[in-house]
Amino acid sequence: MAEPLAARLAWNTRAFLMLAGMWVRVSWTYRASFLLMTLASVVITGIDFVAIMVMFTNVDSLGGFGLRDIAFLYGATAVCLGLADLVVGNVERLGRRIRLGSFDAMMVRPVGVLVQVCADEFAIRRLGRVAQGSLVLAWAITRVDVDWDPARVLVTVGMLVCGTLIFTGIFVLGASFQFLTTEGSEVANAFTYGGNAMTQYPLTIYPREVVRALTFLVPVAFVNWYPTLFVLDIPDPFGLPAALQLASPVAAVVVCALAALAWRTGVRRYRSTGS
Amino acid sequence: MSLIEVEDLSRTFVVRRRAGRVRRTTDVVHAVRDLSFDVERGEMVGYIGPNGAGKSTTIKMLTGILVPTGGRLSVAGIDPSRQRVDLTRRIGVVFGQRTTLWWDLPLRDSFDLLRRIYRVDPQRHRRNLDEFTELLDLGALLDTPVRQLSLGQRMRGDIAAALLHDPEILYLDEPTIGLDVVSKGRLREFLRRVNEERQVTLLLTTHDLQDIEQLCRRVMVIDHGSLVYDGSLAGLHARGESTRTLVVDLVDEAAPIEVPGARVTRVEGPRQWLSFPAGASAAPIVASVASGYDVADLSIQEPDIEDVIREIYSRR
Ligand SMILES: Nc1ncnc2c1ncn2[C@@H]1O[C@H](COP(=O)(O)OP(=O)(O)OP(=O)(O)O)[C@@H](O)[C@H]1O
Ligand SMILES: [Mg+2]
Repeated sequence: MAEPLAARLAWNTRAFLMLAGMWVRVSWTYRASFLLMTLASVVITGIDFVAIMVMFTNVDSLGGFGLRDIAFLYGATAVCLGLADLVVGNVERLGRRIRLGSFDAMMVRPVGVLVQVCADEFAIRRLGRVAQGSLVLAWAITRVDVDWDPARVLVTVGMLVCGTLIFTGIFVLGASFQFLTTEGSEVANAFTYGGNAMTQYPLTIYPREVVRALTFLVPVAFVNWYPTLFVLDIPDPFGLPAALQLASPVAAVVVCALAALAWRTGVRRYRSTGS
Repeated sequence: MSLIEVEDLSRTFVVRRRAGRVRRTTDVVHAVRDLSFDVERGEMVGYIGPNGAGKSTTIKMLTGILVPTGGRLSVAGIDPSRQRVDLTRRIGVVFGQRTTLWWDLPLRDSFDLLRRIYRVDPQRHRRNLDEFTELLDLGALLDTPVRQLSLGQRMRGDIAAALLHDPEILYLDEPTIGLDVVSKGRLREFLRRVNEERQVTLLLTTHDLQDIEQLCRRVMVIDHGSLVYDGSLAGLHARGESTRTLVVDLVDEAAPIEVPGARVTRVEGPRQWLSFPAGASAAPIVASVASGYDVADLSIQEPDIEDVIREIYSRR
């Protein structure tokens, strides 16, 4: 019979570390280029924030938020996207795996195919974004005007977990469409990297309709915006219910459930190639 | 219960075709239709058919890669598409056309990673690896990245990789494609050994009928997705309505020989070729020829399996 869920989860996690570790070892043989790439990744992903800082030499607030608050928003979404990208970012190469036939090989190995697709060509240089985001977030946490009671600490931690899950779900959901058309899908990237780019700023700079879309359609607003309103004690500028500020876990569960469903459906409808 | 049970198995593909500039039509390709067969433990089955017949599609369903669109199948008591991951430990798969190994890793590292993925006991792994390294002559290749291996070398690596976890069944989709005569021979020898000593059940597709002649007592022929033959290689001859040929060397040139039960297909000077059904006895024909003509020499040519297959394929 099928193994219990917990055992399967533990095994797949181990397998992921095994496969990813192998790729890290392979890339470590090209140490210099590896370190350079990581550094480049830190710098490149950090440029957005430098831009924000430069902007603040001229203005005191953006959409009613000060630099520290924006740093909090920015750091949170960067860490979440970075972690999701690190772990499942490679899923966007699904189409190529299918075309080259390596997906067939993964289907006959005793590890979940999603784990194998994500671990394949695992690139630890993607830690660059996480590192950069963590620095900004750490700086923000020490500067924001917050009384760090247990509730706020909990929401902050929850924000990072749920935000990572939301991006993870969107990555997988988007990639699942590649089972239908193996031509590379840019849709998911628009939602993940695009979502990240939008949530780097306070949503008050966008029209109301956009904020609704980011809440109910592609719920990236739950990655950092709503939890941040709670942590910083800011009433919702759009007058939306305060309950949303604690609803990130719900959003994460919904997105991940949809992603799991889409992925499973994709695998069952997988057609392989004719040759 | 048989090790592999297939009943009315079908798989269709819906394909979109461009019809005209913008219009698109959808077509349904019946890659496999109503296939039924059983394979017993320890068998070595050859699976042949012309290009596009549905061989690879069948194997992909047997391994759980493709979900059937109709029928039932069970492999080692498992439904491949529902419990694909459970099945993976019990089967090995080799795709001749492409490697299942990691392109950038040396063979040794690939094998080690597979050991950990399949959770093979280290001692058992060591023993298998030593044996395969010797039999497949992999020793000098273990430290070479897969991308640097030649086709034949890579194939050997792939086959070893597919067997390291002691599968009960080994599927091979065109394992001898592109190999030279010597390599093919060695590979067949290895497969025979694996089947005999390890009781691994083998199902292999090929376009090289020598693979079948030398390895498989049973052959299945598929065409247009349907099984057109399932039985012994010898039986295939009868099925193919094949003919044997009596080659007669007369003392002098003569008009075409006329004897009951055979007809002349070719004449070249004093030599004549008479063909007669493979199932019929040659004795009465030889006797009539010998009594009616001045014969210098006689010989009988057995039907060529290639001709038989060609005959079956062309009867579409
Ligand atoms: N992914 C796919 N999408 C559409 N059609 C497919 C697909 N895979 C296979 N087919 C079609 O199904 C039929 C059977 O293909 P299959 O690959 O099983 O043939 P085969 O017997 O392995 O042929 P070959 O000897 O050339 O390898 C062909 O008509 C092929 O075009
Ligand atoms: Mg094929």
